[in-house]
Amino acid sequence: MTIETTNIVKVASGLRLQFEEAQDSWVLLYPEGMVKLNQSAAEILQRCDGKRDLADVIALLEKDFEQTGLQEDVMSFIEIAREQKWIKFL
Amino acid sequence: MDKISLMDNASNSVIDTDKPGPPLWLLAELTYRCPLHCAFCFNPIGFDSVKKELDTADWIRTLRQARELGSVQVGFSGGEPMLRPDLEEIVAEARTLGFYTNLLTSGVGLKPKRAKALKEAGLDHVQLSFQDSTKELNDFLSNTKTFELKREVAAMIKDNDWPMVLNCVIHRLNIDYIDKIIDLALELGAETIELANTQFYSWAKLNRDSLLPSLEQIKKAEEVTERYRDKYSDRIRIISVIPDYYEKRPKKCMNGWGNVFLTVTPDGIAVPCHTAKMLPGLEFPNVKDHSISEIWYKSEGFNRYRGKGWMKEPCRSCPEQDDDLGGCRCQAYMLTGDPAGADPVCDKSPHRSVIDDAVAIAQTGGTAEAHPLVFRDPKASQRLSAGKDGADILLPR
Ligand code: SF4
Ligand code: SF4
Repeated sequence: MTIETTNIVKVASGLRLQFEEAQDSWVLLYPEGMVKLNQSAAEILQRCDGKRDLADVIALLEKDFEQTGLQEDVMSFIEIAREQKWIKFL
Repeated sequence: MDKISLMDNASNSVIDTDKPGPPLWLLAELTYRCPLHCAFCFNPIGFDSVKKELDTADWIRTLRQARELGSVQVGFSGGEPMLRPDLEEIVAEARTLGFYTNLLTSGVGLKPKRAKALKEAGLDHVQLSFQDSTKELNDFLSNTKTFELKREVAAMIKDNDWPMVLNCVIHRLNIDYIDKIIDLALELGAETIELANTQFYSWAKLNRDSLLPSLEQIKKAEEVTERYRDKYSDRIRIISVIPDYYEKRPKKCMNGWGNVFLTVTPDGIAVPCHTAKMLPGLEFPNVKDHSISEIWYKSEGFNRYRGKGWMKEPCRSCPEQDDDLGGCRCQAYMLTGDPAGADPVCDKSPHRSVIDDAVAIAQTGGTAEAHPLVFRDPKASQRLSAGKDGADILLPR
């Protein structure tokens, strides 16, 4: 399945996205493990709320960070997140 | 926005020895009590002498202090942690503090009502282990009671939308049925199955000659596992590691002493791993007397084998020392008498022959007939810790 900007995703069940003071970064927690996210990944995942579609996520990021042309970066991250089973498609 | 790159796995980060990172992983052994009698049980032989467990307030204080230092994963284990009536209360506090909460259970005694209460308390994950409820270890796969129980618990896990991780301790007597074990995991809809090789400490060490698989068994099991991995890669993640006795290099035990793991035993003793209490000449602090910060950063127990400063030859000048940090201190002590020596699994250790001898016994059929399995139970614990027939348990052979 290719990922479309009309897809709606959110963090998979059993996983939790949270800010860790001690790491000074956002992390994704899952059974008995954790990945530290870089800032971009964290900003994307925070906006994947299971309601907006990916086009809206991209638009929101572009607005919040006053940038354009983020689609490619976002979509390639979503691809990674899918492979890692970090997200689910609604 | 910076370029998106892959994230680093926190548990792989090497923490420099001058300034250890936080105890990311807190293992809370809530009780040694357990309705089961596993012959490979990792609880100390003398578990039955621990009568006074930490109370709810002690656990809550421990969780708060660990969280302040940066702990983020907590595992509630035992014994059987569900025997603690205050489990929900402890889980709820952990969850409120921001921990990812893992319950490590055999599932015995879990009923839908309790599962729901745990879900409401905020429990994030249940790791269900396949331990048999009978003493007939070899029959465990044909024991319908066990199957029924696991099925019921698996259904509760699904109902509560918990990720399902199954864990099965693998040994000589069940390794030939690894296909059946994976089939069951598939049938139950598990996302992950951990085929955990028996680690030879405590009860498993007593029973080692009956539990260590032969090379032939391991090879066959690896083939089967590979086949399942290929076929079901999209349905299940299969994690398996061959027993360290069959390796030439030791494991990087606990990812480094006092590096990421902090275990608190039922009576409140804080240790870098659950077997470290056996090491001679080393005091471990109790959470009733010291804060987690003092324990983690200042105690002799946590500092003694941190990093590489304690190493002797052959480890001290070894180019591979960062890969395994000299292996397991408990294994070095148990099998060679020297807790600061190289783990004897390493073929550079002058004591490698103790491993080779055990491996040789495993090729010739083990000694199950000559030495019947010793099952973990309170009576055996008392008898063995009184030293009547177990005086050599922790001593080098
Ligand atoms: S290994 Fe078996 S006997 Fe030991 S605590 Fe776990 S379930 Fe109980
Ligand atoms: S000699 Fe020590 S440090 Fe080197 S590989 Fe063996 S156990 Fe590891």
